[in-house]
Amino acid sequence: MAVKIQPNKTPMKEQEPEVRIKNFNEVALGYTEEEAVKEAERCLQCRVPMCVKGCPVQIDIPAFIREIRNRNFEKAAEIIKRYNNLPAICGRVCPQENQCEATCVVGKMKDHEPVAIGRLERFVADWEAENVGLKLPKLPDKRPQKVAVIGAGPGGITCAADLAKMGYEVTIFEAFHEPGGVLIYGIPEFRLPKKIVKREMDYIRALGVNIVTDVVVGRSITMQEILDEYDAVYIGIGAGAPKFMGIPGTNLIGVFSASEILTRVNLMRAYDFPNYDTPVKKGSKVMVVGAGNVAMDAARTALRLGAKEVTIVYRRSEKEMPARIEEYHHALEEGIKFKWLTQPVRYIGDENGKLVAVECIKMELGEPDASGRRRPIPIEGSNFIMEVDMAIEAIGQGPQKILLQNFPELKLNKWGYIEVDPETCATNIPGVYAGGDIVTGAATVIEAMGAGKRAAKAIHEYLSSKVIGHKT
Amino acid sequence: MFRILKKRRLAYGTHDFWVEAPEVAQHAQPGQFVVVRIHQYGERIPLTIADSADDAIRLVVKAVGKTTYELCSLKEGDELADVVGPLGHPSEMGKFGHVMMVGGGVGIAAIYPIAKKLKDHGNRVTVILGGRTAEQVIMRDEFRFADRILITTDDGSLGIKGVVTDAMKKVLEEDTVDVAWAIGPTIMMKFCALLAKEYALKIWTSLNPIMVDGTGMCGACRVTVGGEIKFACVDGPEFDGRLVDWDELLKRLTIYQKEEKEALEKYLKKVGEPSWL
Ligand SMILES: Cc1cc2nc3c(=O)[nH]c(=O)nc-3n(C[C@H](O)[C@H](O)[C@H](O)COP(=O)(O)OP(=O)(O)OC[C@H]3O[C@@H](n4cnc5c(N)ncnc54)[C@H](O)[C@@H]3O)c2cc1C
Ligand SMILES: Cc1cc2nc3c(=O)[nH]c(=O)nc-3n(C[C@H](O)[C@H](O)[C@H](O)COP(=O)(O)OP(=O)(O)OC[C@H]3O[C@@H](n4cnc5c(N)ncnc54)[C@H](O)[C@@H]3O)c2cc1C
Ligand code: SF4
Ligand code: SF4
Ligand code: FES
Repeated sequence: MAVKIQPNKTPMKEQEPEVRIKNFNEVALGYTEEEAVKEAERCLQCRVPMCVKGCPVQIDIPAFIREIRNRNFEKAAEIIKRYNNLPAICGRVCPQENQCEATCVVGKMKDHEPVAIGRLERFVADWEAENVGLKLPKLPDKRPQKVAVIGAGPGGITCAADLAKMGYEVTIFEAFHEPGGVLIYGIPEFRLPKKIVKREMDYIRALGVNIVTDVVVGRSITMQEILDEYDAVYIGIGAGAPKFMGIPGTNLIGVFSASEILTRVNLMRAYDFPNYDTPVKKGSKVMVVGAGNVAMDAARTALRLGAKEVTIVYRRSEKEMPARIEEYHHALEEGIKFKWLTQPVRYIGDENGKLVAVECIKMELGEPDASGRRRPIPIEGSNFIMEVDMAIEAIGQGPQKILLQNFPELKLNKWGYIEVDPETCATNIPGVYAGGDIVTGAATVIEAMGAGKRAAKAIHEYLSSKVIGHKT
Repeated sequence: MFRILKKRRLAYGTHDFWVEAPEVAQHAQPGQFVVVRIHQYGERIPLTIADSADDAIRLVVKAVGKTTYELCSLKEGDELADVVGPLGHPSEMGKFGHVMMVGGGVGIAAIYPIAKKLKDHGNRVTVILGGRTAEQVIMRDEFRFADRILITTDDGSLGIKGVVTDAMKKVLEEDTVDVAWAIGPTIMMKFCALLAKEYALKIWTSLNPIMVDGTGMCGACRVTVGGEIKFACVDGPEFDGRLVDWDELLKRLTIYQKEEKEALEKYLKKVGEPSWL
């Protein structure tokens, strides 16, 4: 092809930073049809499409982009949906720069940005929702077997949807009062509007999946009861238990986990207190510890709640930051400050137990550690004090233990996550499958979905090969 | 939805509910709690399971703020949006010998199922119930199974004039006690624990920090026990009171004081005099 390719991605309209820091509405506003077609024209339609290799669910990317070019948006949606049940969500939250867009050949050309695959995917999904509405695939005859899915995160709902499409009777058990997992209680409205998650849940229900909320498996119902009643089980309970650094002063008033702030604001709608009953603390000078997506979300949430100054401190440097690049740019635009190579060592409180400052130490990077990243080492004597009235820790999450304690037969790995066959998601217990963050530790939405898909396929094979009858 | 089957006022501001919640009822054990959300705008609040039978659980609620005021205004037949549980570890059970059960205010309801089950396990059970006035010593007729009952009131309108630790001291001077439970206001549990420490007595206390999810996913409920950070909802709610950092817990309970006041004022402005309490 001799046509000249635009070096940069077609820009997407966004709310201006000064405006958006005062509201919780979505920041990025999506492409128009014209913009989408224009961006689609940047794609080379490679015969050996490298982008597909970068996508954990191997969407036929050139095919759907071709349909956008031809203005055949409905067809484009149909292609994506063959691989991905939740395109409106993935288009918004996938770390594309490490996945499909990382391997796109246009991005390899000098001074060129890759094709904006994520934005196109989002466009297609939103276009379909607006113009076509809920479209159910033809469902096959009901099969006699019943499958239980534990946890209504992206992995669980993908697994449930795929099994429902094969005709199985599927019940999802979810501990919270709303399904969606991290999509509902973690990722904020300004990145992923809740109405999109709701739309997807309506679709799953329309497929015939029974979603039961307010059920904590291991407490409200035991694993044994589930095993007795269902022919197969998928465990997708995520890794939602917050970790704390454990430095002195962690229990002072004003120190929070990002999970608490985000759960209050997203799941409980505390940004709309007192119209909603759940309150959330509003800091004035806020420190956020960590530099992943969770930290960015917590920092930008604190800002929107009215903080004057929000600083992210991270013990490594900008290069090692694990957050999605788009979120980092948005955070910078919104005025979030970054202190790299900095580690809190102590929280300082007043006589009422309220946080007033944090003592930090400067770090330098040493030899690479097990993760391949250079290990941060404290610089002796470099301690300094930062005055803050709120500190939010976003340094990672671990497995939630309620179900695991109730199911000690399940084999775990040395980090306490469930051990599975990566191909099939099978655990050591026949008929029990697991995937998503509870297997990999905190990862991504699309990886959890990929696991849910593989598990659905394996569960289907398992149930089809089983000679014994179904459970009633 | 979770229907209120029965409701009764036990004392001014303290109401007794039976709520339909089959899964919870079938699995509940003494010492566990539920998280309740009244309606879609509501907060998630933890409440102890005071009893369970068939498909229903019993909750005894003291009105202290917006959500509990509103909960107490509901009637038989009304429905709660969410009831999740049973959460937390059940109380440690067994035959210990002589057990002392101390309940203060609405904590009396929390002590009740544990004491009953300890009795079934063949323990000798001494119960101490305390309240500000005789009216506040709720459910006292329901403790007839106990081997001994002592009552304290601040104003002396019933039983010993004084606080529950006065009665505890009396029992501890007269008798040997193998293990104790104390559940009530945080400040009461603190003083019970301090006294138990003097007598080298193991005392279980049920901590009531502010919670959100109740399943270990937010860390709001963290407390310091034996120098370590614990999440009360999944590691507790019962801990040996002698090891708890009570002053820290008391401070952490004030985190949302300003917002709680604002919410209650706004609610009372909307509904007027809370005559139902
Ligand atoms: C704040 C935040 C921002 C993120 N941003 C991004 C992003 O931009 N892009 C990206 O790709 N990834 C992001 N992630 C990571 C991504 O959300 C997760 O990797 C993904 O959600 C994992 O999916 P899952 O299906 O394994 O579980 P989860 O989404 O964690 O869902 C698990 C569900 O199981 C339920 N559950 C747990 N225990 C029980 C039980 N015992 N009984 C019943 N139900 C139970 C939970 O309530 C929850 O609803 C982010 C994560 C967070 C926390
Ligand atoms: C495990 C557990 C079991 C409980 N069992 C019972 C019970 O059986 N009956 C009962 O009446 N109450 C019980 N509580 C306390 C009850 O949850 C609170 O009274 C309730 O959340 C207050 O909500 P509110 O909106 O009415 O008041 P708010 O206005 O929110 O608070 C009023 C006061 O209550 C305290 N408070 C606020 N939230 C909580 C909270 N989550 N837990 C404890 N105190 C809080 C605050 O310090 C404040 O001073 C229990 C608490 C826990 C943690
Ligand atoms: S699902 Fe994610 S990785 Fe795959 S093509 Fe879409 S945006 Fe890229
Ligand atoms: S690698 Fe890039 S240019 Fe090639 S098909 Fe994929 S998106 Fe198009
Ligand atoms: S209430 Fe959230 S971790 Fe205990």
